[in-house]
Amino acid sequence: MKTFRLGGIHPQENKFSAGKKIQIAELPKQVVIPLSHYIGSPSEAVVKKGDLVKVGQLIGKANGFISANVHSSVSGKVNKIDVQLDASGYKRPAVFIDVEGDEWEETIDRSTELKRDCNLTKEEILAKIKDAGIVGLGGATFPAHVKLSPPPGKKADILIINAVECEPYLTCDHQLMLEKGDEILVGITIIMKALGVTKAVIGVENNKKDAVAHLSKLAANYPGVEVQALKVQYPQGGEKQLIDAVIRRQVPSGRIPIEVGAVVQNVATTYAIYEAVQKNKPMVERVMTITGKDAPNPGNYLVRLGIYLSHVVDMAGGVPAGTGKIVGGGPMMGRSLMNLNVPMAKGSSGVLFIKDEESVRKPIQNCIRCAKCVTVCPMGLEPFLLMNQSERNMWPEMETNRTMDCIECGSCSYTCPSNRPLLDYIRYGKSTVGGIIRNRAAK
Amino acid sequence: MNLILLSLLTLGIVGAVSAVILYFVAKKFHVYEDPRIDQVEAALPAANCGGCGYPGCRGFADACVKADTLDGLLCPVGGNETMAKVADILGKTAVAAAPTVAVVRCGGTCDHRPRMNEYDGVKHCFIAHNLYSGETGCSWGCLGLGDCEVSCEFDAIHVNPITKLPEVDEDKCTSCGACVKACPKLLIELRKKGPKSRRIYVSCRNEDKGHITRKACDVGCIGCSKCEKTCPHEAITITNNLAFIHDDKCKLCRKCVEVCPTNAIVELNFPPRKVKTEEVAAEA
Repeated sequence: MKTFRLGGIHPQENKFSAGKKIQIAELPKQVVIPLSHYIGSPSEAVVKKGDLVKVGQLIGKANGFISANVHSSVSGKVNKIDVQLDASGYKRPAVFIDVEGDEWEETIDRSTELKRDCNLTKEEILAKIKDAGIVGLGGATFPAHVKLSPPPGKKADILIINAVECEPYLTCDHQLMLEKGDEILVGITIIMKALGVTKAVIGVENNKKDAVAHLSKLAANYPGVEVQALKVQYPQGGEKQLIDAVIRRQVPSGRIPIEVGAVVQNVATTYAIYEAVQKNKPMVERVMTITGKDAPNPGNYLVRLGIYLSHVVDMAGGVPAGTGKIVGGGPMMGRSLMNLNVPMAKGSSGVLFIKDEESVRKPIQNCIRCAKCVTVCPMGLEPFLLMNQSERNMWPEMETNRTMDCIECGSCSYTCPSNRPLLDYIRYGKSTVGGIIRNRAAK
Repeated sequence: MNLILLSLLTLGIVGAVSAVILYFVAKKFHVYEDPRIDQVEAALPAANCGGCGYPGCRGFADACVKADTLDGLLCPVGGNETMAKVADILGKTAVAAAPTVAVVRCGGTCDHRPRMNEYDGVKHCFIAHNLYSGETGCSWGCLGLGDCEVSCEFDAIHVNPITKLPEVDEDKCTSCGACVKACPKLLIELRKKGPKSRRIYVSCRNEDKGHITRKACDVGCIGCSKCEKTCPHEAITITNNLAFIHDDKCKLCRKCVEVCPTNAIVELNFPPRKVKTEEVAAEA
């Protein structure tokens, strides 16, 4: 069975919420819709205090090339535009809306029936995706339309759908594939049309055998689409790792996947693109997983953007006793949340409760030069060396040792027998080196 | 015997020839170095801290000798005294600069700024800053992990374990600026030391709106602009909900300290205030 060739780990899967039907989260009294994104510049608010908005109405306009539109996820009155602590751990601008009823924009088709045919041209499809404010739902929230418009002179020949979900605990993509298989496949044909490619591969890890079987059965009706089961290995969901696993092409250091003729989209993004193009529905909700070893009711929830995570968690049975840490996202790449009063953002893929005894960091010991971190690094870096250089502020050396290639998957920290905080230091070095490179480019 | 003589002779000739070659090479490739550079370097404190902006004391000495005037050249460690010595050696006039000292612009002690969560990662301000805004509700304030303490070569700044805020030892601080660069929250500023070390500054960097600041911290600047209106010398400006006292205009009248509703403005080394006569009368 295929997988990527360099490094990788296999943490305990713990997919407690697998097979749980997607439940729809109730609407709270107030939502807070963040205007900023994980990367790129924040959107600009186009509503003001007191405005009445409907579901799907534009409230934040994309500001710059790497930015996305933001739409209201509820109907009601704009209470204020203010800063709000979000999952990034910082206070950022957001639109506060008091919920009144649930009135949708008339243009949005809310029926659940499958709409298979798409007669739009390439440009129309891209414009619709851009207007709908769709971003990559795998976690990096990179605007989808940017990824689907390759730079001039570059041509994609294959589309790879990232349905790997290699993070332990998370099951939202898995459940989406089981429930919305047809819609996802239509979404794939739309993206294929937008890119002008004839071949698409859905990469699914083999711990989701039911999804592989379901999608393979459906894919028979869609020419050019095939499903590829992959060996379970973290971080297979990384773009470069997935390309290597599926089509055995290696993206060179510092380049993007289009250089080897591949475009990767997440499976949830594909579903969002289907809804945007066929149903005119902008990005107002997504599926997230609420889970944990002691979670009373682990499950998958369809949550509107801007709902406080505390509201969704209450719906799922509340925070279990003895929780030491709450993580937004998966256990490997997610961030610890400062508290649960943070709004649901486009990139929120899950809430994970970690038990008290598991959440404590173990004491740091000396590096014993066992090279386990080098073995597991999927980018072929030397994490112990990068950490040492970061500790000593050796930025030029870090740059020559390709620290900017690090995808921050955390495999090195996971595997280190001396519990060294490798990723923390590499991330610090990466941000500093990135700043130095940007300054040099600006000169 | 022959062997010894032969060795002595060979080595002697090789030595003599090399000496001659080296002599001429040294003459030919001699680099003239101003002897005053050595003298100036001897007068400098030899801290090699880089606070002057040059790579160590020798670099600074070189710059002093090459420069036409000593304007803008200041050894922060040695101060005016050292610069006067340097000026003597070089026969130039030194411009007296007001001595500066580092101040930490955050007053959020544990009492004033309650902890909302616990950070158990690497004890390094920059790493914590990359991850999130800090243990308290204030995303501008001190993280208390001591990057400034590590950066200080003069042992002049220490994180107080009780308040979890860094404190500057005025006698030891040379205002080299290492801690200013080390702080990811940009809290540390070099300010004029002032007469008798008397200083007034806004001990806050929070640019959030007033109500948000107030929720996070008791002593944060809420940008109410009372101080701006009170100041008779126009030394205070408010930008982004944050007051800043310009030390070149401030006359140390302490009126702003009295009106600040959150006690965000700090006065240092002043004698205790005289109790106003009216208040005394009222008490009586």
